[in-house]
Amino acid sequence: MSATNKDMVWVFAEQSDGELADVGLELLHKARTLAKKMNSEVSAVLLGHEVEALTSTLIAHGADNVYLLDDKELKDFRSLPYANLITKLVEEKRPRVVLFGATHIGRDIAPRVASHTRSGLTADCTELKIETLTIRKVEHEDLLLQIRPAFGGNIIATIISPDVAIQMATIREGVMEMGEPDSKRKGKVIPVPVALDPVEIAVKIIEKHQEPSGVNLKGAPIIVAGGYGADTPEKFQLIKDLAKVLGAEVAGSRAVVDAGLIDSERQVGQTGTTVRPKLYIAIGISGAIQHRAGMQESQKIIAINNDPEAPIFGVAHYGITGNLEEVLPKLIAAYKSQLH
Amino acid sequence: MSLHTIVLVKQVPDTSNISGDVMRPDGTVNRARLPAIFNPEDQEALELALRLKDLHGGTVTALTMGPPNAANMLRECLYMGADRAILVSDRRFAAADTLATSYALSKAIEHIGEYDLIFGGRQAIDGDTAQVGPQTAEKLNIPQIAYTLEVQNLDLSKRTIRAKRAIKNGYEILEAPLPVLLTVTKDAAEPRPFDVKRLCVYKRAQSKFEIEATVDDSHDLVWMDELMEKVKAEDLLIETWNIEDIDADVAMCGLAGSPTKVHKVENVVLSGSEFKKVPATPEGLNDMITELMQDHIFG
Repeated sequence: MSATNKDMVWVFAEQSDGELADVGLELLHKARTLAKKMNSEVSAVLLGHEVEALTSTLIAHGADNVYLLDDKELKDFRSLPYANLITKLVEEKRPRVVLFGATHIGRDIAPRVASHTRSGLTADCTELKIETLTIRKVEHEDLLLQIRPAFGGNIIATIISPDVAIQMATIREGVMEMGEPDSKRKGKVIPVPVALDPVEIAVKIIEKHQEPSGVNLKGAPIIVAGGYGADTPEKFQLIKDLAKVLGAEVAGSRAVVDAGLIDSERQVGQTGTTVRPKLYIAIGISGAIQHRAGMQESQKIIAINNDPEAPIFGVAHYGITGNLEEVLPKLIAAYKSQLH
Repeated sequence: MSLHTIVLVKQVPDTSNISGDVMRPDGTVNRARLPAIFNPEDQEALELALRLKDLHGGTVTALTMGPPNAANMLRECLYMGADRAILVSDRRFAAADTLATSYALSKAIEHIGEYDLIFGGRQAIDGDTAQVGPQTAEKLNIPQIAYTLEVQNLDLSKRTIRAKRAIKNGYEILEAPLPVLLTVTKDAAEPRPFDVKRLCVYKRAQSKFEIEATVDDSHDLVWMDELMEKVKAEDLLIETWNIEDIDADVAMCGLAGSPTKVHKVENVVLSGSEFKKVPATPEGLNDMITELMQDHIFG
């Protein structure tokens, strides 16, 4: 790789109906840290139709350059045109690092781009770092350490792609911090011509339905979450009662989603939403890494579990050992008494 | 014309059932201690393919890359209704990442030849990457429909398929030309139970490895070939292909063909935050709430 290439860290700036996905902005913030270590700039790649207005937001959030691919065929996301255009740009410019949100869209196209360019790609990373590593006496500069829980969340694996030029990763929404935008930042918008073959746009969108979710876990200051230990409607009602008293959002681990007690959009964890509220109350949640990955950055964590050995206590600030049927009514009563 | 469907299936360790002795002291996983199961979303993918076969006729081929014991899962595919089962297995495929896996699968698919549809689960529960489907589609240079929820219509005369797929906060319906690869999400199609008649027949289905294991040193290679022919003639052969059979480049397979490498694996270390044990008494809970109020967490 050439030492003069200053354009080595890229972020796919996902947008839908002219609205940027938070995850792209979060990744730009992370990309700045990675790029600093590599002495590189940060570039955002934006595809869509009539989306030029979004470029200033991307620059404010950390992009030095925005590659803008604007065409009416790109108005709605489709795998082939999006993946092929990004592939072409990656092949031409040869960045060292390309980051995608682990969204429906990112997980759809990143594998195609990585496959065509024979790049390393790691899904659902929870942390990224740049390091120079010596492997079998060969020094590898600017390696992207792709860190993710693996094997059902029982271990943390660090993945590297030492033998290829381009290193890619997907990262779930909310995992990285967004950072404050700086409207005074300067950046370049680089329009990229869009040429598509009929074969690339042969898949047609017949219908599309999207309803903004009424749930805003990411924005909730207090979250009350239930898990395997609360997987009956009766027990879960106590969790809802507590949430109501505290003015909190209700959430849960995969166990209660699978039990049908809450919608999947309320699932916290590696395969759900990542949250960082002021207070997270984990009730009957043992604390497998998949769940912890989605909540351990909370400012304060209260864990309530009848198993004193539950791993959730390892990330909690306050631990209460006991059955939720006994603890929750007492907690509700104690909170109410302090309000008066 | 008849419909040819390939279903990509994988036998996976049941990661939802990890007990203490599965984890080695160094933090690595002892796969041998985990029960091997049919990846749930792949089973739903097979069900979707079989439903299309019920409607339109044609053939369904189950294809896996994996160790010899993946034949167990392929027999289950035959019990459910697959017409053909193929095990791509070779020591040189070991430690393949998603890129090397999709390369091998795409070479096997090219070796199968004709196909109209390829189904696969969205992701496997041992990796949760959701990368092999799209990467296989890319290698075959065909479009994909990821996160498929249901197939709405297959028009064989126009050679198009309509499918409903999940997107953020909703769904969309896509129409794609054949051939196309679809990845299937959980709950798309409840897999049918094993067909009892098929189970009686195909429990005797064998892979090349299993046939080899029945042959001892007193027999020569010709005898082995004859045995294979016999099993094949009875339609009980789980076809078993190695690197040469699918004409794959060794350098693109297994660890050598995998750009991603595991640098290190660690046990999960809990960040030791300041921790207070709170007694489940009114006094204990009151003290905790007072502290949280002082920290401006409440109110």
